[in-house]
Amino acid sequence: MELRSRNFKAGVTRSLANPHLRNALSNLRARMVSGRVASVAELDNFEQIRETAKQVRDDALRHLDFLLEEFERNAVARGARVHWAETPQDMNRIVLEIAQAAKVRKAIKSKSMLGEESGLNKYLQDAGVEVRETDLGEYIIEQSGDVPSHIIAPAIHRTKDEVSDLFQQRHGGPRKTDIAELTREAREKLRPHFLTADMGITGANFLIAETGTTMIVTNEGNGRMSTTMPRVHVAVAGIEKVLPTLEDVSFILRLLTRSATAQSISNYLSFTTGPKQPGDSDGPEEFHVVIVDSGRTRVLGSELRDALRCIRCGACMNHCPVYQNIGGHPYGWVYPGPIGSVLTPAYAGLENAPDLPNAATLCNQCGVVCPVKIPLPDLMRKLRERQFERKLRPWGERTGLRLWAWAAARPAVYAALTRIGVRLGRMLGGRDRLIRSLPGAGGGWTAERDLPAPSGKTFRELYAARKRD
Amino acid sequence: MRVGLFVTCLVDLMRPSIGFAALQLLEDAGCEVIVPTTQTCCGQPGYNSGDRAAAQVLARKVLGEFKECDYVVIPSGSCSGMIKTHYPELLSDVPQARAEVEWLIARTWELTDFLANVLKLERVPGTFSGTVTYHDACSGLREMGVKSQPRALLDKVPGLQLKEMSTPEQCCGFGGTFSVKYGDISARICDQKCDDVVATGADALVLGDLGCMLNIEGRLRRRGDMRTRVLHVAEVLAGSKPDGG
Ligand code: SF4
Repeated sequence: MELRSRNFKAGVTRSLANPHLRNALSNLRARMVSGRVASVAELDNFEQIRETAKQVRDDALRHLDFLLEEFERNAVARGARVHWAETPQDMNRIVLEIAQAAKVRKAIKSKSMLGEESGLNKYLQDAGVEVRETDLGEYIIEQSGDVPSHIIAPAIHRTKDEVSDLFQQRHGGPRKTDIAELTREAREKLRPHFLTADMGITGANFLIAETGTTMIVTNEGNGRMSTTMPRVHVAVAGIEKVLPTLEDVSFILRLLTRSATAQSISNYLSFTTGPKQPGDSDGPEEFHVVIVDSGRTRVLGSELRDALRCIRCGACMNHCPVYQNIGGHPYGWVYPGPIGSVLTPAYAGLENAPDLPNAATLCNQCGVVCPVKIPLPDLMRKLRERQFERKLRPWGERTGLRLWAWAAARPAVYAALTRIGVRLGRMLGGRDRLIRSLPGAGGGWTAERDLPAPSGKTFRELYAARKRD
Repeated sequence: MRVGLFVTCLVDLMRPSIGFAALQLLEDAGCEVIVPTTQTCCGQPGYNSGDRAAAQVLARKVLGEFKECDYVVIPSGSCSGMIKTHYPELLSDVPQARAEVEWLIARTWELTDFLANVLKLERVPGTFSGTVTYHDACSGLREMGVKSQPRALLDKVPGLQLKEMSTPEQCCGFGGTFSVKYGDISARICDQKCDDVVATGADALVLGDLGCMLNIEGRLRRRGDMRTRVLHVAEVLAGSKPDGG
């Protein structure tokens, strides 16, 4: 996916002016937030489970090298072919080589975040392989020439009305308004592709080391069709996705689906272990797993390591007050919201995403809902420190902060300056004690808000006067 | 007991009445209150903006200012949270400060938490006639566990009726320098808070952090709401008149 994080502010302006987006996002807030609360309440020891889940993920990350080798051994023993890709480009090339070797003309794809990272669809299409997205959300995105705005619900920024219009325009025929009917219409369009595709491409929610299994969590059944119907199946997965045992996966799933969609379990869980075996009723003839580094090892050795625990549930964005108002597009890459504000700078470079770590109130709502306890605000703060050190923040901001700290560390200077400051503020406030407009950076505050004026004297002055009396 | 009062830089500059209300509540309860006159800022603006060195200088200044106190009480969840949850990390590369940090965080309290759980206040001086709604500011709630304490205290104010808004724990969009750097997002987030407050029909919004107060009051006024008062919980509990109010 093309990186557009530099245009964050312009994207925000567009988002805030879009009434459709506002409607779509208010639904998200209503549904996802209250839904999760109810779903999590079904577990009487949720906090304990979270803590254990964190440890399970941390243990796996600590033994990544060992677990990946174990996975490869077991997957190969079951007839899968395992490929290793260092960069997103390597991954694209490997998938294309697999397609070419198997004479694949058409591929169906179920959602893969790595595929978004590497721009896999476009790469394959440019090389002459037709690719069809089969996830309903991804299908809407594909049909409208759009980009995803959420990791679980890629078309969350579209209202039902917009989808009705889009389908009518793309499919012809009468305009449908019922969600079930719209879904059926998309299914009918997709069915021929399922039957004619030579290759299925999926991501993987987890790799299970002890059995060499890849698994995906879906609600639409399209994933299962992608893993079983075409004669070749390719699963792409980041190295951080591996877990030791099936037991670990089933444990983590209790949190994943509840945090993601407020379900105690998703509609489908598809486990793939090797290609079709003698006696199997379905399954692909060839099964490939492409394991991708794409910056993960670097993050593993950095102060952002905790972010690799992420199980891609989307709860942090659903609960983020910023995301709830601007949607996913301004973040400008595959991962929006709080986790995106950490992963985008980590994978694509801090200099390419200057706003992301800063565009957060640090309210820590994300940190308290994250099922694997990633301290997202702390990680954003770390990135802010690196920005400050590398002088990636504007000169005025850095100087302002330095001046503030310089004065605040010198009580006498501070007293003299603030005496003047608060009196000036009091004057600016006028009769109703509201400052309506401030110059410079202060304009960021007063453009859409008044500033209640200071009362005219500092607490320290008044306190000293009281002591004298 | 000797209680150090750290009023915070925002209270000092913008609304001293909150500092005096806190002072009165502590003195009425029999505390000997110490107010270091050199106090300025806890360092949070620098810390949250990546200027770690500046934040460290201010944090070490705070460490030196409350040495004679048994407790340090702060009328802000945000600044008390800064000390309690972030000083250890901020000063982790200054080993000689370790003992002082541990000493300070063990003694640091958010005001309502201190009133309710240490002083176990039975009565409060304030009175109020009307309904209020309470906003849970993020740091107080999620770093300091402040949720029931202000409500229990407000319950003791004669004449005051609490009417909860639908999502009191939702962030108001302040976020320190975020409110200036991304004023448009901040104001939009704040609109949801304003809607929620206004829907309760309360006469006043009460909360425990001045940053959020300035944000929400500023947005309410810009929207033309001159009716809903915005008060710090200390002012309500002490029954003091806010500056300019
Ligand atoms: S960071 Fe946590 S909350 Fe966000 S998507 Fe990952 S696991 Fe879910």
